[in-house]
Amino acid sequence: MDATTTATDTVQQGDSHEHGLSDAMAIKIALILAAMTALEVSTYYVDFGAFFLPVLIILMIVKFFTVVSYFMHLKFEHQMFKLLFYTGLGLALFVYFVALATFKFFN
Amino acid sequence: MAIIERPTPTAAITLRAPVTPAQSMGIVRRPVTSTGWKSWVFTVDHKKIGIMYGVFAMFFFIVGGVEALLIRLQLATPDGKVLSADLYNQMFTMHATTMIFLFAMPMAAAFANYFLPLQLGARDVAFPRLNALGLWLLVAGGLILNASWFLGGAADGGWFMYSPNSGPVFSPSNGVDFWTLGVQIAGFGSLIGSINLIVTILNMRAPGMTLMKMPVFCWMILVVQFLLVFSLPVITVALVLLTFQRSFGATFFDVAQGADPLLWQHLFWIFGHPEVYVLILPAFGIITEVLPTFSRKPLFGYPFVVFSGASIGLVGFGVWSHHMFATGLGPISVAAFSIATMAIAIPTGVKIFNWTLTMWGGKIWYSTAMKFSIGLIVLFTIGGLSGVTHAVAPSDTQQTDTYYIVAHFHYVLFGGMVFGLFSGFYYWWPKVFGKMLNEKLGGWNFWLMVIGMNMTFGPMHILGLQGQPRRMYVWTEARAGEGLFNFGFWNKIASLGSLILTIGILFFLINIVYTARKGKIAPLDPWDARTLEWITTSPPKEHNFDRIPVVHHLDDFFHRKYQEDATTGELVQIATGEQLVRAEEANADAHIHLPSPSYWPIAIAVGVGTLGFGVVYGVPIMIVGVLMILGSSFGFVLEPSVAQDIDYDPPASGGQDTKELAPLG
Amino acid sequence: MAMWLFLGSECLLFGGLISTYMLYRGRITQGPRPSQIFDIPFTSVSSFVLLMSSLTMVLAVTSTQRRDYERSKLWLTVTALLGATFVGGQVYEFTAFYNEGLGFTTNLFSSSFYTLTGFHGVHVTVGVIMLMALRGIISKNRDTGDRAEVVELIGLYWHFVDIVWIIIFTLVYLIPA
Ligand code: HEM
Ligand SMILES: [Cu+2]
Repeated sequence: MDATTTATDTVQQGDSHEHGLSDAMAIKIALILAAMTALEVSTYYVDFGAFFLPVLIILMIVKFFTVVSYFMHLKFEHQMFKLLFYTGLGLALFVYFVALATFKFFN
Repeated sequence: MAIIERPTPTAAITLRAPVTPAQSMGIVRRPVTSTGWKSWVFTVDHKKIGIMYGVFAMFFFIVGGVEALLIRLQLATPDGKVLSADLYNQMFTMHATTMIFLFAMPMAAAFANYFLPLQLGARDVAFPRLNALGLWLLVAGGLILNASWFLGGAADGGWFMYSPNSGPVFSPSNGVDFWTLGVQIAGFGSLIGSINLIVTILNMRAPGMTLMKMPVFCWMILVVQFLLVFSLPVITVALVLLTFQRSFGATFFDVAQGADPLLWQHLFWIFGHPEVYVLILPAFGIITEVLPTFSRKPLFGYPFVVFSGASIGLVGFGVWSHHMFATGLGPISVAAFSIATMAIAIPTGVKIFNWTLTMWGGKIWYSTAMKFSIGLIVLFTIGGLSGVTHAVAPSDTQQTDTYYIVAHFHYVLFGGMVFGLFSGFYYWWPKVFGKMLNEKLGGWNFWLMVIGMNMTFGPMHILGLQGQPRRMYVWTEARAGEGLFNFGFWNKIASLGSLILTIGILFFLINIVYTARKGKIAPLDPWDARTLEWITTSPPKEHNFDRIPVVHHLDDFFHRKYQEDATTGELVQIATGEQLVRAEEANADAHIHLPSPSYWPIAIAVGVGTLGFGVVYGVPIMIVGVLMILGSSFGFVLEPSVAQDIDYDPPASGGQDTKELAPLG
Repeated sequence: MAMWLFLGSECLLFGGLISTYMLYRGRITQGPRPSQIFDIPFTSVSSFVLLMSSLTMVLAVTSTQRRDYERSKLWLTVTALLGATFVGGQVYEFTAFYNEGLGFTTNLFSSSFYTLTGFHGVHVTVGVIMLMALRGIISKNRDTGDRAEVVELIGLYWHFVDIVWIIIFTLVYLIPA
């Protein structure tokens, strides 16, 4: 919902620095992140059974991309920036998963 | 602080905070002279930095060469007495390390630094001061690496420094400590350099030069820098672990504590295989400039050459375990890595095909530069074929750790990379120094190198398949084998070959001296070249171009000289290179902005070097190093990219050459 | 652009350290087990502190873009303080672990744990230094480039350090070895 307003804002102001992440928006996102962290920590107190691992991993990934997309506003950035960062991230995931797999880490 | 511009239209850079005039840190005046040693040490000019990279690399080419000669001398006869076992280990380790990190990469950096902005039609790189920092970090790393010779012995674990062999138990001298730190620091310099060059390529091309109109050399450099950016951090991790193990008692590779030494091998080769492409691709880039020029034909299949280069880069990240076939990875891993490795041969083959077809039917001018390029194609193909034989895991288990491997990587590294670099020397020497290298001496240089190289490394195929292991400091007559396959005979040939090779390289050094003394002054366009670096004087002016060229074609310079005749369809010359350069001079830009020299890059590098010595010699020195880095980083950040009037002596009133880099420093 | 490249590169750096830790996390030949010494409530608070510092960093960036430099100085200070709190917490935590018998060289788990979290801590420390330097530069008006851009770049670095911690917190602390 944000992306469109951002786009127009940018055009109107002719300034690439405004990425449309208003302070209020940022606070909202931070609250969501905080809630997710609370949920994560709760796994320490409450027994989640079989959901334990998936819940933690999914929350981790969601938090990761929320910060990258909004706080680091990569979502609104030029295609090239995404390419640069996600190439690094993708390569890291690839090589280290393969390396750990050869150690039979996932068996 | 160096600022990053975005690839949005320049109009976006509107908000500029007011800059308060200030002297650099109030402590020292900024260096502003443009002659004398200071103009080199504190320079941020990409051309001067490029030349310094070249001088540094050439020096270490000779150092590494002497080390190699000692190795061959030792192995020329059975039970050689030239080197002790310990010294032999240090010798091959430092030979490889020097050649890879202190010759090959810096020499590629020299070409990249010098020619990238020129080929792109830019006045400098994106971050000139970071560029200088990269150079000085490399120098610091090189000094630390070689200081070990005088401080208790050099590293002795082979260039890939396998653990646990490189641990404190098996390698008690400080050599490996210096090695890890030296490589770490040099690597850090190269990381900075590669970020800088990527931003330069993506942001600073001349107007009209789309990526697909960019010279192939720039493309290959771009791929190489990406490989570096994403592979250097991996070796950093490995080196950090090793340093912590050796200096602070951790046990990352200590089997007794339950560690997996293979961790080192993975980390090393995740870096190491991309690294071999870091070494070869610049040479590919160079000959892809040379071949069309001297065949007087455009490059055959430009997009194929570009994309095969890029795909070599990408796939290069997925094949590292072919260096570990003998470690018991398990059948699935071995099969997967074996297939991926063979796949790399495909884009490599595409390149060889395109080069050959570029020459096909051309009016070939066999200049020395061209000879070296053709030499590369032939010799690299031999090395690539033996590479495919060890991509096949079962045969590799026979070959691994024998002289066969040594033969393979010297055909690709010497026959490939070094020949490419020499091709570049002969091609671009007139551009850089304004004088032509002597072609006759060049012929001797080339042919002696070809003969010497094949005599040295050819027999190693046989030696390896006969079972001579690499990294053994002696071989004995008793086990040398009979007849045609006798070790003694082929080892003698190889050692003799290395002597011929040396003489060949001496001819190059003689050629340099001869050219400096009596060389012909180079015409502006001696080779009837194709790319933008030739549209300016030789050597280029400090600001490279009098007018930023506007690009319409791939090989724009060529298209400015020749046009197709409308009726016959033949190319006709409409201007000489000479005329084009004069035309640019006549229409020079009025205001040219260049960044000013700076003390801080070298100051930071000195701090980093001190920190490195501190890791070996104790915490107090480390603290001094950190303080030096912090202090000079502040200087670096607070310094405006352009010298203030007050820095001049006498203070300049209206900054004639105190300007700022376009589009943004 | 250079910053994004650098961060892409850092992904591989931390990826390597995390993988090393994951490989060695269970290899405890002697010394206490992580479950015996980790203080999850304490670390949760420091994680929360670091997360909130990302928010204040965003506020610093937006106020600089609005050229509200008083605000931006304030938020930079707060961010630096939160970061410093986090580092302080880490120092406290390390000391506590050490006293409970988990030295750097005790076992493979401890070496890789301290290396990973220590590397992250150094990154936070460098970030804090940059933030304070930036604050000083703004108040002395000594900057030499586009101010909003510089704040934004350091912000990127700061958020990156935060996302690395998001991963470390889950993989190292919450999922027991
Ligand atoms: C067609 C392309 C290539 C293939 C299929 C290939 C394959 C291989 C394989 C499988 C090995 C490991 C052998 C072993 O240790 O048992 C190897 C070693 C090596 N290759 Fe290549 N390679 C190719 C091109 C290159 C290039 C372009 C370079 C560098 C410019 C290079 C440099 C090296 C080096 C330095 C080693 C030895 C590493 C060491 O053990 O010290 N190779 N190659
Ligand atoms: Cu390889």
